[in-house]
Amino acid sequence: MRGWSVEDGLAVGLPLENVDTDQLIPARFMSAPRSAGYGGFLLHDLRQTAGPDFPLNQPQAAGASILIARRNFGGGSSREAAVYALVDAGFRVVIAPSFGDIFASNSVNNGLLPARVTEAATERLLSATPCALRVNLDTLTITGAGDPVAFELDPVWRTKLMNGWDDIDLTASYADRIADFAARRRETAPWVWPDSAGGKAADL
Amino acid sequence: MTARVLFDKLWDDHVISTREDGAALLWVDRHYVHEGSHHGFARLAQRGQALTQPGLTYGVADHYVPTRGRDLPIPDADVARMVRTLDDNAQRHGFRLFGLHDPGQGIVHVLGPEQGLTLPGMLVVCGDSHTSTHGALGAYGFGIGATEVAHVLATQTVWQKKPRRMRMVFSGQAGPGVGAKDMALNWIAALGADGARCHAVEYTGSAVRALSVEGRLTLCNLSIEGGARCGMVAPDSVTLDWLKGRPFAPTDWNRAVDIWSQLVSDPGAEFDHEVTFDMATIAPIVTWGISPEDAAPITATIPDPDRLSDPSRAAQVRAALDYMGLTAGRPLDSVTVDQVFIGSCTNARIEDLRAAAAVLAGRRAQVPGMVSPGSSLVKAQAEAEGLDRIFIDAGLDWVASGCSMCVGMNGDLVAPGKRCASTTNRNFRGRQGPGARTHLMSPAMVAAAAVTGRLTDVRPLLQGRMV
Ligand code: SF4
Repeated sequence: MRGWSVEDGLAVGLPLENVDTDQLIPARFMSAPRSAGYGGFLLHDLRQTAGPDFPLNQPQAAGASILIARRNFGGGSSREAAVYALVDAGFRVVIAPSFGDIFASNSVNNGLLPARVTEAATERLLSATPCALRVNLDTLTITGAGDPVAFELDPVWRTKLMNGWDDIDLTASYADRIADFAARRRETAPWVWPDSAGGKAADL
Repeated sequence: MTARVLFDKLWDDHVISTREDGAALLWVDRHYVHEGSHHGFARLAQRGQALTQPGLTYGVADHYVPTRGRDLPIPDADVARMVRTLDDNAQRHGFRLFGLHDPGQGIVHVLGPEQGLTLPGMLVVCGDSHTSTHGALGAYGFGIGATEVAHVLATQTVWQKKPRRMRMVFSGQAGPGVGAKDMALNWIAALGADGARCHAVEYTGSAVRALSVEGRLTLCNLSIEGGARCGMVAPDSVTLDWLKGRPFAPTDWNRAVDIWSQLVSDPGAEFDHEVTFDMATIAPIVTWGISPEDAAPITATIPDPDRLSDPSRAAQVRAALDYMGLTAGRPLDSVTVDQVFIGSCTNARIEDLRAAAAVLAGRRAQVPGMVSPGSSLVKAQAEAEGLDRIFIDAGLDWVASGCSMCVGMNGDLVAPGKRCASTTNRNFRGRQGPGARTHLMSPAMVAAAAVTGRLTDVRPLLQGRMV
């Protein structure tokens, strides 16, 4: 994954609350391998039923990389496919007053920024869309629509996005500490390993 | 030593290392995988890495499995491929799989506790948001995404930031026909679908203590629907009695019990947030909209968006009523349903089936419906108790165990525009199928809806019956 610090892009508004991950990608599309490309599944059913008025169906939305929505974006299921759909459709940033926890961490793991702003700022940005915006991870600001808007982002996630870190590589440097911990855990809670604790795993 | 809440203890017991920026590397005791975990396995394969702790990894075929004709080859090619991929991964990596034909097969969040694989004090993860369920046994359980699944497979650890701590107290005593599902939907309606975001919730109070383990599993299961990172109940004698003798329960039981007895919030330990609900105010509840927060007592009427002061909420309610085909101001118990579903990791344990059967016994369902037990063991137990006869005699289909109509990935779908009274956990647009209209409620309430063909207060139907 490539790190990034500034995104200049077209912002589109999705003025809805609770855009859950079932809507971001309906379950029936998730058996496809990632290489199939998930962009076409993004908000599939909503886009179909809402028709040409739906913000993402409008010609002005083509090429957008920034999405603005209302509270609790990405709540619901842990399906990372919801993030794949956004990323594969070209999105780099989602701006909302709050995000589903698991969705937000999945986003960061795929280079997608979940930028948290106030309700008032959300409404102001929504009313400016579609418009060009600059999202800056260095300064934690969104500019391009009147006064700059500050966004919140956990410092851990910010570092990760900017460096494009892969956790598995990072964790490899903790191998010794993990091994020590595992050995201790075997002593203090042997039942965690049912076979070695003489559990009845084999009888089942 | 400073006083700690239960969650602090679970957290401290699993921290391998904490970085300066606050991210902690946590040890994972249990990793459950299912057919939907294929993205995680694909990432592992891409990196050419092996599964590091096959003995702590348990596989379950639940999300895509057929609930009918289980002895026949799976007709849907996609589903067959998903089930086969999980089999292949279990073979390749050498972990225990509760596959399609395993007598213990079931929905992951029913199976883990039932087998004694989830135990107090454990850190449990799964690529499924309802992993919060496992907290009912005093464990720290949370859902993860595919990238994290790959990380756990490769390292048996997960990076987390410590959530804030919330205590949710349910005081008083549940009235008749009121249970864990009503408690959960009640707090979600009160605090919102993101009301517990970034929090670890501990459920306490007399009404929580009075819940069976099954009820606690339901309560913790729905934590995620209020945005919580996890939910938990401190283990007590109810927990221990329930766990003892389960297939994977510790052989050195007394030593384990000794250690687990520490798993309580210390007196005086402080939470970041406290909320209290009085059971006297909690009635059987149903959802009317497209988020679990859109819930109201069955005695209420459908809300009127024109009377809401918050324009964004009003827009949301309008969209919800439009999708659900409902009009404002209408009494909830006048809404007719087309079908019912009893199943899912939320409400398909033996107690749930008993509660539904208590309402259905000797009665006929006015609408078609399906009952899918939470696990194959629950199915066998229900059959031993004769519950299957009650469902079948009422006119409902008695099928095999799986996620089924909770998410519809196996083809068990609610048709477009049809209205389903459901014991599941999500009434999202299209969750049970494109255009499907879902009303969430308890198993007893779904049974009541089956009997009358509309959303119904179950309480009068319980009179004179053993529950
Ligand atoms: S029953 Fe539904 S919520 Fe539970 S694990 Fe299966 S799909 Fe997820």
